[in-house]
Parts: sequence; structure tokens; C-alpha cells
Amino acid sequence: MAPARDVAVVSVAQTAQRRAAAGLSETEMIQPAIRAALDRIDASISDIGFTCSGSSDYLAGQAFSFVMTLDAVGAWPPISESHVEMDGAWALYEAWVKIQAGHADTALVFGYSKASPGDLPRVLTRQLDPYYYGPLWPDSVALAGLQARAMLDAGAITEEEMAAIAFRNRTAAADNPNAQLRGSASVEELLATPYVADPLRRHDCAPITDGGVAVILAADDHARRWSDRPAWIRGIDHRVDSHNLGARDLTRAPSIALAAEKAGATGTFDVAEVHAPFTHQERIVVDELGLAEGTTLNPSGGALAANPVMGAGLLRIAEVADRISAGTAGRGVAHATSGQLLQQNLVCVLEGE
Amino acid sequence: MGANRVAVIGTGQTKYTAVRGDVSMPGLIREAAYRAVEDAGLTMADIDAVVIGKAPDFFEGMMMPETYLAEALGCVGKPLFRVHTAGSVGGSTAIVAASHVEAGVHERVLTIGWQQQSVSEAMWALSFPIPFQQQLVAGAGGYFAPFIREYMRRSNAPDDTGILVALKDRLNALKNPYAHLHEPEITYDSIKESFMLWEPIRYSETCPSSDGAFAMVLGSEAAAAQAQADTGIPPAWVLGTSMRSEPATAHGRDQITPQAGKDCAADVYRQAGISDPLEDVDMVEMYVPFSWYEPMWLENLGFAPEGEGWRLTEDGTTQMDGRLPVNCSGGVLSTNPIGASGMIRFGEAAMQVRGTAGDHQIDGVRKAVGHAYGGAAQFFAMWVVGSDRP
Repeated sequence: MAPARDVAVVSVAQTAQRRAAAGLSETEMIQPAIRAALDRIDASISDIGFTCSGSSDYLAGQAFSFVMTLDAVGAWPPISESHVEMDGAWALYEAWVKIQAGHADTALVFGYSKASPGDLPRVLTRQLDPYYYGPLWPDSVALAGLQARAMLDAGAITEEEMAAIAFRNRTAAADNPNAQLRGSASVEELLATPYVADPLRRHDCAPITDGGVAVILAADDHARRWSDRPAWIRGIDHRVDSHNLGARDLTRAPSIALAAEKAGATGTFDVAEVHAPFTHQERIVVDELGLAEGTTLNPSGGALAANPVMGAGLLRIAEVADRISAGTAGRGVAHATSGQLLQQNLVCVLEGE
Repeated sequence: MGANRVAVIGTGQTKYTAVRGDVSMPGLIREAAYRAVEDAGLTMADIDAVVIGKAPDFFEGMMMPETYLAEALGCVGKPLFRVHTAGSVGGSTAIVAASHVEAGVHERVLTIGWQQQSVSEAMWALSFPIPFQQQLVAGAGGYFAPFIREYMRRSNAPDDTGILVALKDRLNALKNPYAHLHEPEITYDSIKESFMLWEPIRYSETCPSSDGAFAMVLGSEAAAAQAQADTGIPPAWVLGTSMRSEPATAHGRDQITPQAGKDCAADVYRQAGISDPLEDVDMVEMYVPFSWYEPMWLENLGFAPEGEGWRLTEDGTTQMDGRLPVNCSGGVLSTNPIGASGMIRFGEAAMQVRGTAGDHQIDGVRKAVGHAYGGAAQFFAMWVVGSDRP
């Protein structure tokens, strides 16, 4: 279905992505990014028709954690606002739907987390089936190891190719001042390091990151008023696969291909930002998206260079939009993921005028 | 009103109780979901997307459980969306689901609000420790009791208004087979004599802690026509939706009658063409977890002038046979699975419009209001549903 309204990303701003935002609450951490996104278009919260954020109580370690984060927005007088317990990319989806429905013309979206206070791989086990998987506490790195092994066994990737993916992403991140891991040892050096969860080595895994990102959406003339070169959302869709790892072909993520089809993510792209927290997952995402050779892939360094959970998907959209607005790309695709082993996926197609 | 019309074309709910030990988490949710889908004359295959909401994940000890529920909800290969806006979440979730149809993105959306509170202890889950905020160790009742006392001071309400609300809601619950608390022996005196939890909130004036789920199918104009042809049950048209939020603490904020609640009501009434709420609205399901919040919300939502809400309770206006029946289902005071409670309000309003409320049905409901609030009385979600297509 063709969207009724033209909606664009008109401003983005992110926090520094770092291992630990020590001494800052989530509210204090994300507030400067929200402020910067508004400042870039000389707007204030009173110019925003709808606000939506994505975060997780399990990462904050507190029920209703997002309630405090509302203080970072300055919701006084009261605002039209919502929150998803999902990556900020889905908060952007809700805002996009709200604008398409005619309930708002502009929206502020943000996603963030502080993963540093907890043991992230173990925290993520709490997202598993609580009857059969959860009690075994299989952590996110171990599960990704099973997936990588399935891919190696299927001949879908090699350990050398995985190391090359890490090298490419982290080398690209050297040009990204906000990235957490900037620059990389050589592929040979990476392959000489020990396994952390066979066949995954440390470089195959995303870092643990504190951080977030804020994005501003605007429809039609509102977008043109705020930006000389809005990054128009030409299509956006999300789909979910089974949670049952034993029932899935772990070398595939059919929900990505389906979301891409529904979002109209066909043809060629100048740039793609994909949300792959493990090297082998980048291969799955690229294959499911059907990305052509020559597409600039993860120029920001991707999730392998900075992975603020609940914000890393929205960050992909922000990175693509930023390049379109800067004029360095004409058409791009962004991908966000949630759940274990690429279970849930969102695809967003962005384009300049 | 959004760009395209949307209507409630099916509702379903579980029996609510303190412990639903007979079902798993997916089993509980499927019970409500399948009833809603069947009520709409559909099967899961007809559903385009699922929008699910619940309050804190710590209540069940599972992070973002919806991805686990994908298969149970029949939505592998479909969009699955999770909302969390504190106590208002059940209402917000319905609104997010409705906006998908209003936007023209989907034709039929299944929306579900749920909570399995028996897995944990909500009172302590809501008593935040330092360093997050000042420590109250008092649960939600301890947080809201001072605001109720301030309401009583400002309004000079008689000190038994809360008892009358509790008596009404618990007697209404006897007409609702799904309600958690069925207390046929309850009387004015038994409520008055129940022990004081948080002055002035007595044990019988506070909500229970429940397990349960409520689901609705929201459909486009074409889907609504099809459902009515198939089931013979008319749709409840969504005439307006609104959400408003304000910070927990802000200079000038009035926690007794929050500005966000007033703004939310004004916005939704404007959309629905309601100029005199008491005159134009036939019944309300409002979020009253502690008895005194009935008069407080009657004022905040514009059904009574400030300081006068208690009069509508005292003179019987809010009774089933009154001019403005409030919480015919028994309300949050009789049933409170937090993540579902807002959706129950929204859904019960739709049931009244569709004429499917059974023994607690009010005759001739043409416009009904669903209301939910959450956090420190700072998150508000409302909708107006009606029998006439907008």
C-alpha cells in the first residue's frame, strides 16, 4: 500500500556511543541528543505533534523506567506521547503510522539504553521462552554461536569472511566520531585470537554500549520547512519470525525479506545500514535484503562498532537519513532487528528529492 | 478521527482471577485473542497485524515477551508491535492499533492487553528503590492517598463518597461473569469496617491484583461491514482517540486534576463532537483503581465542575440506572490485571455500544467513553466509541 502522506526524517542526533556512560542516568544520557535534534532545525518540543520512544525496563533495572526519561523531553505543558518496549526503530514506525493517520504532522522519536550496569548477555536470556529456554540461561553470544555454526556448516560463510566483516565495519567506524570501536586489527590478526563462543571470536560480537539516538519526522511541507533535503520515507514495514529456535532455519531470516518486499526495498541503493550485532548476521541480512554489489554497507561501522540496545536499530535509520540529507547518498535502506537471532525485523527505504 | 474510519468489530476476554494457574502465559493471551477473533466472525488468518500491550516486564519476569508469543498469537510472518505506557498502556495499545487502520496500513488489527500479576508482587514492584527516585516503599496506594486527601480538603466532599463508589462497582461486578471480585455479601458497612490501608483508602476501596487479558479486533469500514453481515453484531465506531503525558514532577503541576487529563479529554471530545460531556455521553468506563478516583476523574474529564464530582456519586448519577453510568463492568476496583485494565475500559465501552455487555448492558448506548491513566497520574489515554458511523 502506498503511504498517503510523504513523511521524512528531517533531523537526527546521537549521543557518544560508549562502553559505560558512567555517572549519568538514562535521562541525563539521552537529553543532549534530543536537544541537539531539535536545535538542528531550530525547533522546540512545542513544535512537535507526537513523541514516541523505545527502551527496556530490563536494561534500566527498573519497572516503568521510561517514566523518568520523559523528563528529557520537557513534557510541560503536556504532550501527545507514547512509548514502545522495542527498539526505537519501532517507535519511529508508530510515529510514522500516527502521521499517516492524520493525527500529527511532526514527531520526535528516540531510542536508548544503558546496558552497562548489568550483564547484557545474561539479561537478554530473560527474553527467551520462560518455560523451556529461559531456565537454561543460554546467553545471546552462545546462541549466536549456534547460528554461526549452522552457517559455517551450510557453507554460507567462512570464519575468514566473518573476520573481514568485522574489519570492514570497524575500519569504517574510524571516520565516525560517535562510534565506540573505531579501527580494527588486520583480518589475519583477528583470526589469530581465541574463540569466545566457538566459532565466534571477540571481533564477531557487537560491543556492549550505552547510548541513544533521536530523530525528528515531519510530513509534507513541514518537512520542507525544516530541511533543504529531507530524507523521505518511501516505505517501511516490520515482520516477525518464530521464537522457536528449533523450528527455524537459523541461516535464514525470512521476516527480513518479507518486510523488504512490503517496504518496497527493491532496486539499487547507494547506502545500506543493517543492524547485525554479530558478523555472520550481516551476511544473513544482506542476503535477505538482496543488496546489490556496490552498495555502501554500514559506513557508520554498524552495530559491530556501537550497539546501544533499543537504539541501534533507530541509529541505522538515522545514519542513512543523515547521508541523504548531506547529499552523499540519494537512496538508502535501513534495517533494524529485535529478539534473538534476527527474529523480528524492520526495513525502511529512504530517498532524497 | 483519523484519515480512514475504524471500528471495534470483535471483543474477547478471559475470566479474571488472582491466579490463573491453569494456563501458561501464551494460553492466557490466546483465550482472549481467540474470543475476540471469533466474535468478529474471523480466524487468525484474517488478522493483518497484532498490537500488544502490557505494563512492566518485571511483573512476569520476562523481558519483551511478545517475541516469544509470536506463534501463540498466530503472527509469524506478520507485524507484531509492543506498547508500554505505564497504567494507561491498555488504552494506548488500542489507540496504536486503531491508528494502523486509520492510516490505511491494515484492514484488521488484533490488539491485546494483558498481565499475569500472580507471578510477582506488584506492590513491591512499584516501590522503586534509591537511586531511581525518593523511596516511598508504599506501592501505588501509598503514592495516591495524599492526593485523595487533598481532593477531599479542596472539595469538602463527604467522607463516605469513596465507600459509595466501591459499593457500586463491586455490585456492578456481580453482573459481569468475567470480573475478578464477586462479593455478593458486600455492604456499605462492610466496606466502612474494612481495614484502612492508606488513609483514606480502605481495603475494600482498592483494586485487586489480577491475572487476565482483553482483546479486540479493529477493522476498517469494509471489515466492519463484513463483520456485521457475518455476526449480526454492529460495530462500535471509533469517534476519537487521544493520548497525553506530563512529567511526574513539574513546577505548577496539579496532581489532583492533572492538565494532561484535561487536555486528553478536550482533544477526544473535540474529535467526537462532544460539547457537553454529561449530556452527550451515555456511559463511561474510567480507570478507578482507588474509589475516590471516580469523583476526581469526573471533574478532570469534564463531567462535573471542579469540586463537584462527588455530588454525581452521592446522588446516584453514576449508578447503572443513573444519568451517567460509570464502570458497569465493576471497573478496576473489581478487576486489575494492570496491562489489560486500560483495554478493558476501552473494550467495555465498545461492548456497551455493540450491545454485547450482557447483564451489565445499559440500554441504548450511542456514545461511550473509555479512559485510562498511568504513572504518577501523568499518562492519559481516552477514546470515544459510538453506534453511528462518523
